[in-house]
Amino acid sequence: MTFANSPETLIGIRDLKVDFRLDRTTVTQAVKGISLDIPVNSTVALVGESGSGKSVTALAILGLLPRENSTVPPGSQILYGGRNLLALAPGELQKLRGADISMIFQEPMSSLNPVFTIGFQITEVLTKHLGMTGRQARARALELLREVGIPEPETKIDAYPFQLSGGQQQRAMIAIAIACEPKLLIADEPTTALDVTIQKQILELIAALQKRLRMSVLFITHDLALVGEIADYVVVMREGDIREQGRVEQIFEAPRDAYTRALLLCRPQLTRRPRRLPVIDDFMKPGPLAGGNVEERSRGLRGDEEIILEVRHLGKSFYSREGLFGKREFKAVKDVSFKLARGKTLGIVGESGSGKTTVALTLLRLRGESSGEALFDGKDLLSIPQDEMMPYKRRIQIVFQNPYASLNPRFTIGQLLMEPLHVHRIASSEGERRDRVYKLLEEVGLPEVSFFKYPHEFSGGQRQRIAIARCLTMKPDVLICDEAVSALDVSIQAQVLNLLQDLQDEHHMSYIFISHDLAVVKYMADQVMVMNEGEVVEVANSDDIYRNPQHPYTKKLLSSIPQGWRGARAR
Amino acid sequence: MTQAVALAIGVQRAESPGLWTLAWRRFCRDRVGLASFLIVVFFFGLMAASGLHLIAADWSKEVGVNYAPPTFMGPEVADGGPSAPGSHGGERTGVENPFDPLAGVLAEIRAASGAASVAEAQSPTLVFGGDRWGRDVLQKTIKGTETSMFVGLVAALLAAFLATVFGALAGYYGGWIDDFFNWFYSVFTSIPYLLLILAIAAVLNQKGTLTVILILGLTGWTGIFRLVRAEYLKHKVREYIQAADAIGASHARRMFVHILPNVSHVVLVQLSLHVVLFIKSEVVLSFLGFGVGVDTVSWGSMLNEAQSELILGYWWQLAAATLAMALLVTGFSLFTDALRDALDPKLK
Repeated sequence: MTFANSPETLIGIRDLKVDFRLDRTTVTQAVKGISLDIPVNSTVALVGESGSGKSVTALAILGLLPRENSTVPPGSQILYGGRNLLALAPGELQKLRGADISMIFQEPMSSLNPVFTIGFQITEVLTKHLGMTGRQARARALELLREVGIPEPETKIDAYPFQLSGGQQQRAMIAIAIACEPKLLIADEPTTALDVTIQKQILELIAALQKRLRMSVLFITHDLALVGEIADYVVVMREGDIREQGRVEQIFEAPRDAYTRALLLCRPQLTRRPRRLPVIDDFMKPGPLAGGNVEERSRGLRGDEEIILEVRHLGKSFYSREGLFGKREFKAVKDVSFKLARGKTLGIVGESGSGKTTVALTLLRLRGESSGEALFDGKDLLSIPQDEMMPYKRRIQIVFQNPYASLNPRFTIGQLLMEPLHVHRIASSEGERRDRVYKLLEEVGLPEVSFFKYPHEFSGGQRQRIAIARCLTMKPDVLICDEAVSALDVSIQAQVLNLLQDLQDEHHMSYIFISHDLAVVKYMADQVMVMNEGEVVEVANSDDIYRNPQHPYTKKLLSSIPQGWRGARAR
Repeated sequence: MTQAVALAIGVQRAESPGLWTLAWRRFCRDRVGLASFLIVVFFFGLMAASGLHLIAADWSKEVGVNYAPPTFMGPEVADGGPSAPGSHGGERTGVENPFDPLAGVLAEIRAASGAASVAEAQSPTLVFGGDRWGRDVLQKTIKGTETSMFVGLVAALLAAFLATVFGALAGYYGGWIDDFFNWFYSVFTSIPYLLLILAIAAVLNQKGTLTVILILGLTGWTGIFRLVRAEYLKHKVREYIQAADAIGASHARRMFVHILPNVSHVVLVQLSLHVVLFIKSEVVLSFLGFGVGVDTVSWGSMLNEAQSELILGYWWQLAAATLAMALLVTGFSLFTDALRDALDPKLK
């Protein structure tokens, strides 16, 4: 299985299998016998959802699989320069790691050692693998920092990781990785933790370095759209198997595998807005694609809608102690005003630190003191005394980002869903409450037995459904979705978005939909509010803002969205 | 409340392992843990049986000759030792003092007790030897186990309870409440531990099991407090607590219904660690003479007696107490280790 008319091969993976032992009796096969080639001087993208085995493959190349519970059955081969990396002695492998093959990880903050300076961490590689002296290594480190585009390298070389921004940290990480001019750079989701504008810069940096150093890059990601811009070859993985591999233009223009097609279409696109997003199952089933995708949904406000929530001059400051008596004020949200119409969705987009989550938490009074007012049914939510807040609490609800953290692990689903009913004394009897919960479970697409299960028995998407069901128990008028689908896989994302849309159609709830993902917001929102550094930059109907952005920041944000394959040609 | 509901409609209940069931399954896979668990259970059984007077009820009876050696060593015969059968030890054998003013009274008492002890027929050897008064060391050890374990357990429960309440309040509310408890904690820990114990012992001014429990419980909460507070600090900002706030759950509900089950593994492990610690502390206290009263026996009081016996070569009381204590403490520690591994919540 090699790419058609491929040039010289750098690394050849032959029938790689990796088993993980979960406990004494259960063994799962994370990678089920894959074969692929990484050609010299090119970028290969390994695409797949969580659990597809893409990271495990990368770790196998580096020989970094956890020794205690993973086994690679004999017969698997990773060939590099005529040698099988899987059979190399640990010492030999260590010489290759960092010198010939190096890796960038997803979280720059946790992959840099916080107690050493950036300079120290770069020179360490140089002295260890290339045998440079301290002075030579420092000179080279400066050169590297300049190469990866860190401003003022002379001062930043002595900075500690926490003194750098997220983007700079990832640049420093890249500098360490390319220090020895490796032949293969493995980038494991290098931009997933970064904002969209920084993501674009890092991608451009990796692409430029690949060309300049004539190295190969194995780029691992869950986002097919990213791949179109930088990859030469694409390998699509699912559940430990390769579903499809080929040149990038073939994958994007004529995908042969149903799963590849599904991945391409499940993500909301900027150009289209079907009434229902297609999900993986639509593609995996034989027969023609289910209807309903053709019809487009129109969004936007006409201006005469009933306003349910009006926020005026909302402000929120955090204080940190400075000196003995001094206080330093940090304005997280400055003078934010907006109106939310009944049954409509307001999208809030912005990068990390823009204050979008703070707006949500302040409205729910989860964040204490604030200024401004939020009129809900003629009452100012921000100034109601705490004990009169209860009836309003149930009318505004929130779905959090991380479905793994927002459900109490020690409660059964039944207990989780019954709790709001008890707290707010909804329904007259226990039996009635139970019936309600069962109905809700059905509504969000979960079986009745879920009532007795614990959160850890569910997948991420199912847990997010449970979180949504918990909000629905109180029949809220306003539902705030704070990055509610950001932590989910592409296919699951589509399902949850469809569920949210169905619920809105049925119950006429208003949504405040917060996300850093502009495509998702475009799909969900009638109106979009762009925030930057605590301020509202622009508010407009969603079609208008994407077609004709007014503010320079909005323009910058929109131009950073990965465009996929077509965008790549326009580069 | 909701649990009751779940049970009420148990008809359609699909069996689904809870976190505790999963923890138990993990625990059963750990062989060392399981063995130590059995040891702990055995000691608990011993404690319960002794507490209900099923065994070792007549531990204070003088059933053997004084310092009766263990049966497996055979009766002591060599070097004119004190134990001629029927006699009551060195102090009673000597010649009568003709000038003793109490001679008459003593003779009367001796006659009465002599009659009684003759009726009992004191045996020359005992299973694991006898003490100075001829009491069975084995029974004494069992009774001592009861006292020591009871003290350790109740004191640890008291300490863990105080620590959990303090830690929950401090960690959850933060601000001046946190400052207050931290100040209180600092003051408490700045006093040398033994000095603090002795001071409380002096204030309470009465010997007894309850006093020992109070001393240990009131001084031992500090370490657990620190851990519980840290856990609460960590959990109160978690999303599931924010979610609970959003649905309108009260402070008390969030503190004890939502967070407590999630930090209970910390408390539980600390609890069992402190049981071990307090059992050892009780020994130290009794050894120093601040321990349980003279009418009760504990491992500490046994060891205290043993220090004078050892010079005379009577090692079995020391051995019995040490062996029992070592077995329980080791078993409990290993059990705690296994417990911690099993309870470590893997929040996938």
